[in-house]
Amino acid sequence: MEFLVASAVGLLAAAGVYLLLRARTFPVVLGLALLSYAVNVFLFSMGRLTVNLPPVIGDAGNGYTDPLPQALVLTAIVISFGMTALIVVMALRSYLESGTDHVGIEPVDGAEGESQP
Amino acid sequence: MNHWIVFPIVLPAIVAPLIAMAMRHDIVLARVFSVAATALLLFVGMVLMADASGGAIHTYTLGNWPAPFGIVLVLDRLSALMLVLTAALSLVVLLYAINGWDTRGRHFHALYQFQLMGINGAFLTGDFFNLFVFFEVLLIASYGLMVHGGGAERVKAGVQYVIVNLAGSTLFLIAVGLIYSVTGTLNMADLATKVPLVGAADQALLKTGAVLLLLVFSVKAALVPVHFWLPGTYANAPAPVAALFAIMTKVGAYAIIRLYTLAFGDAAGDAAWLAAPWLMPAALVTLLLGMTGVLAARALGQMVSFAVIGSMGTLLIAVALFTPQAMSAALYYLIHSTLAAGALFLVVDLVADRRPGQGDAITVAPRFAQASLVGGLFFLGAIAMAGMPPLSGFVGKLLILDSARTALNAGWIWGLILGTSLLAIVGFARGGSTLFWKSSAQPGSFEAFPSVRPALPVVAAGLLLGGTVLLTVFAGPVSAYLDETAAQLFAPMGYVDAVLGAEGGNE
Repeated sequence: MEFLVASAVGLLAAAGVYLLLRARTFPVVLGLALLSYAVNVFLFSMGRLTVNLPPVIGDAGNGYTDPLPQALVLTAIVISFGMTALIVVMALRSYLESGTDHVGIEPVDGAEGESQP
Repeated sequence: MNHWIVFPIVLPAIVAPLIAMAMRHDIVLARVFSVAATALLLFVGMVLMADASGGAIHTYTLGNWPAPFGIVLVLDRLSALMLVLTAALSLVVLLYAINGWDTRGRHFHALYQFQLMGINGAFLTGDFFNLFVFFEVLLIASYGLMVHGGGAERVKAGVQYVIVNLAGSTLFLIAVGLIYSVTGTLNMADLATKVPLVGAADQALLKTGAVLLLLVFSVKAALVPVHFWLPGTYANAPAPVAALFAIMTKVGAYAIIRLYTLAFGDAAGDAAWLAAPWLMPAALVTLLLGMTGVLAARALGQMVSFAVIGSMGTLLIAVALFTPQAMSAALYYLIHSTLAAGALFLVVDLVADRRPGQGDAITVAPRFAQASLVGGLFFLGAIAMAGMPPLSGFVGKLLILDSARTALNAGWIWGLILGTSLLAIVGFARGGSTLFWKSSAQPGSFEAFPSVRPALPVVAAGLLLGGTVLLTVFAGPVSAYLDETAAQLFAPMGYVDAVLGAEGGNE
């Protein structure tokens, strides 16, 4: 299971970073979403991976799942969800105002959209 | 338990939604509440600072949960100082903003208060997941403020700013995860007791986490190689927002100072002072790059932005020495550079405002209204920023140079700080002489500017410059306070005992 989770985190992060470096708003938004998934899974596994155990310390003494990472993941999900919504709105606004979806102050020449001076 | 400690977070948190909901349509009422709340913040900040200057470290356990399990707020000399600095800067900047900037978009005052809530929270919290949350609060508010007023260039710069910071937040969470996985705690004081106990097998994870965290704070502090977002953001942000952002880079510097003296100091065993070898070269390059940028800038806003990067380099050079004397010098320079950068951003806007069509571009154009007054303010601000006598920049750089005298790489530090000061002087002199001297000789004038000019913006910029004058005049008492602050930072057991109880234990 460790291998599966670790490679999932790695794959998500790699895809996220690749998309982030595309420097066009839509891939960047997708990349940030993938990165935040990678982080959520990573945070989830930071309290050790355990199966079928309650998040409280019971009398039976057969171990427990660390509840703190779950609380942190919840916070992280809420924040990244809100941030994704915000970046989508800002990217749209930027596209409508400048006519290009490049991320950066000076658009690259030869892009299909013409930028206003 | 002193309930006033939570006040700097609660007050803006209440005032902001109040303004957003009840005073949406009444800008006068919003202005009154916003200014009153910020003035109250300054007053409470001073009371808290008087309280903390005695040397006691006060804690506030939120929800009355005991320390390593619940979230604590911690008030010591450093956080009290940062609270007062934030409140003072934001009050003056707000006085500037209520003169028209706040009506160029919606919800300026609500976002401004949320921003203050995030900054104050980041300075007070003693828990580093909570630090992440407050970082997000201040960032979310700053995204709104950054694009306040709109315009294609500004929104474009805003998108870039948001993306860089979202990537930074992701790294923050990864770093928090790594550190939690080997220490099992999120409380900074508890972390300080757990770091020395981390086994040899887990050291790699711990150090990776700590260095990643340093990278995250460096993004906030605009340290090379993650500085690239700053010039675009600050130069395109509305002037009052850019001036307020002068404290935002210091939030990154504060986090570096706090975490690495507390948890990764002398007592940290294998991980002791692990930030220093990374921080020092990065800070030196930052200083060089920033001041070279001052020389190369084609607009005044850009020039000041690069000067901010350079000043962060200077500040973090002193931090990276990690000695009490250098820390005291760094904190002095921190206060100075916040005031000077804030003042300069306001002066840039005064110039841009008076040159319709030209803006803040460094071009020769006809003489503009009040050129000598604005030019004088720019002259003072440039002197302060470049570190020339008699203003506080000189005192700050002198203190830093003095504290670096016995350092390992003193030659590099001295050479770069002195050399880049010259670059800054040349850069500012070039910008100033083009804008104010050569332009005075040009025929014609800008007519569009109204002849009745409000005095408040000029007064606000003057107040910030007056702050640097005060900082120079009262350099003695201020350094005495900062020496005590640095001593407190380098005795982290005091902080740990205050948070976890005198036993320093976990249960």
